[in-house]
Amino acid sequence: MNLHEYQAKRLFAAYDIPVPNGRPATTSDEAVAAARDLGGSVWVVKAQVHAGGRGKAGGVKLCRSHDEVRTAAAALLGQRLVTHQTGPAGLPINTVLVESGSDIERELYLSVLVDRAREQVVFMASAAGGMEIEEVAAKTPEKIFRVWVHPAAGVQPHQVRDLAFGLGLGQKEQQAAFGKIVNGLYRLFMEKDASLVEINPLIVTTAGRVLALDAKVNLDDNALYRQPELAAMRDASQEDARESEARQHELNYVSLDGDIACMVNGAGLAMATMDIIKLHGGRPANFLDVGGGATKERVTVAFKLILSNQSVKAILVNIFGGIVRCDLIAEGIIAAVKDVGVRVPVVVRLEGTNVEQGKALLAKSGLAITPANDLTDAARKVVASVRV
Amino acid sequence: MSILVNKNTKVICQGFTGKQGTFHSQQALTYGTKLVGGVTPGRGGEKHLNLPVFNTVQDAVKQTGADASMIYVPAPFAADAILEAADAGIKVIVCITEGIPVTDMVKVKAAIRGRDCVLIGPNCPGIITPAECKIGIMPGHIHQRGRVGIVSRSGTLTYEAVFQTTNLRLGQSTCVGIGGDPVHGMSFIDVITRFNADPQTEGILMVGEIGGSDEEAAAEYIHQNVRKPVVAYIAGVTAPAGKRMGHAGAIVSGGKGTAQAKFEALEAAGVRTVHSPAELGSAMAALLKGRRGKAVRRSMKKPAKPVRSPAKTAKAAAKKRGTRR
Repeated sequence: MNLHEYQAKRLFAAYDIPVPNGRPATTSDEAVAAARDLGGSVWVVKAQVHAGGRGKAGGVKLCRSHDEVRTAAAALLGQRLVTHQTGPAGLPINTVLVESGSDIERELYLSVLVDRAREQVVFMASAAGGMEIEEVAAKTPEKIFRVWVHPAAGVQPHQVRDLAFGLGLGQKEQQAAFGKIVNGLYRLFMEKDASLVEINPLIVTTAGRVLALDAKVNLDDNALYRQPELAAMRDASQEDARESEARQHELNYVSLDGDIACMVNGAGLAMATMDIIKLHGGRPANFLDVGGGATKERVTVAFKLILSNQSVKAILVNIFGGIVRCDLIAEGIIAAVKDVGVRVPVVVRLEGTNVEQGKALLAKSGLAITPANDLTDAARKVVASVRV
Repeated sequence: MSILVNKNTKVICQGFTGKQGTFHSQQALTYGTKLVGGVTPGRGGEKHLNLPVFNTVQDAVKQTGADASMIYVPAPFAADAILEAADAGIKVIVCITEGIPVTDMVKVKAAIRGRDCVLIGPNCPGIITPAECKIGIMPGHIHQRGRVGIVSRSGTLTYEAVFQTTNLRLGQSTCVGIGGDPVHGMSFIDVITRFNADPQTEGILMVGEIGGSDEEAAAEYIHQNVRKPVVAYIAGVTAPAGKRMGHAGAIVSGGKGTAQAKFEALEAAGVRTVHSPAELGSAMAALLKGRRGKAVRRSMKKPAKPVRSPAKTAKAAAKKRGTRR
């Protein structure tokens, strides 16, 4: 789950990580009131969407008067912002963040995440801030440096020094301020169960202050059960509607842009099913893992979800029964197809215990369900059904 | 031979009296696993499935001599359960539980590093040595004792590989599901090292997926050390970047961990890759053709013969004992 910048910055402030003064606003009147509250003569109005690349896409506006703040907020609010990370439909702007302008001398990059290979939390830093870190990593990997934190030891002072000198923060006061930021970030990461905290850019102002100009916080979905306050910050408007719906039914669903829907048990098999569809010349419309218990209820919900996507022209159901009996799964599929009123071809591949009974039930059902003998057969049949 | 677990492995179940623990303990017993008891704090002294229940893993180990544990406790308590098993001296810890927070696993891995135990999982189907010991949620009946070692990050995709190798009468030596989480126990290399040293294992089948760099590391290891045939498949060619595909670990981020890169690394290491999951078994059969290993003939009297259902095997054994008496 992702947080908005204004939510992330509130968290930052709670962990003594300095951020510019700012207020969120949902109307242009609120935006002007926020600017008035903040004082000063330069403000930045920033669109709050769950995507990077906002600046280039016109989602960040510099304003030198209250009128400009009003105009900027009015232009952004209620619109959809399209960035290179959002896809062509973009994301709705329901909130803007109004911040005091900062005088930037240097832009740095700092992030915290789990390094899977080392199985430790890693800080990544670069003096080439402001740019996309993927680009820096690809073109000039030597400009990124890392320190790994042992969970028993926590962040050590020498690690802070390594990062600080690497970023060109040589002054004592700056190092002290930076040390507070690093320690705050680590505590935030561990205590709030983040999966990524990124500051890009972390700026040094002309007055020498170190400040988080942007803030990105992604949370570990597995840990949301113990972070109720953060879980309540979820903004469903920033997420794919079908993916949100699926989550409520504890289904794993990801939208794709093809026309062959898949319903599979198990994440690995679900990915493999998408791959085999593509291998046979088709395009998968989604990833969907219905989990271990493919009951009638779950299958029904899954069918409804799949069919709410207008692009779907056929459905491939691939269930490796295992411990669950195939005849029970077949009954679930038949009931669901009747219930939902499926009007596109359905190809079903079942494997596992009682597979013959399961196939017989499907054949006798009188519904437009095509049974398949194995994975390859299933993929061929479903791709052919779309081509007709 | 086999790896990690066999017919002598004494297994306990943590989360024994819960719904999952109960169901899969029954399944394990039916399969013939030497399950010797279980742990549910506060219910020590009771009997469950005709086996003793203990309050702590320490008690269970003391009373039963267990050397392996299967963990079905809910995610909020699973990290603690793993460490309890390690502290009690369990050698093979199998954690089936899905949804453990990643920072919990970071702490667990730091705590068990250098200890005399292995962790399989979490978020995995478990481990099985066909006809001997089943620890996990895999359907026992699709397995068959045989020649192929299987290691996989995915559950149902492992069953797919098992099913194909059984149908082709290759069978399996041991199958290990290492799990779909970003920070987990045994890696591909840890398992492949053991398969490489195991005389029963003639070929190795590995099933990877997008995310991380475990497969790339394994490719390098195989290139340097493994002379047995290896077949590999990577799931997720069609997965978009930045999206978590079910498993917490299955995500392409920052352009890293793509299926393409993994396939390339494995091919460069001389591994036979297949781009369709339906070809895992046939590719292995082709590589093993004419390689009928001496090792197997020595170690197995009846290789690649369909395994009788465990219930029947148990009955037959009982009958045998009866007639002897």
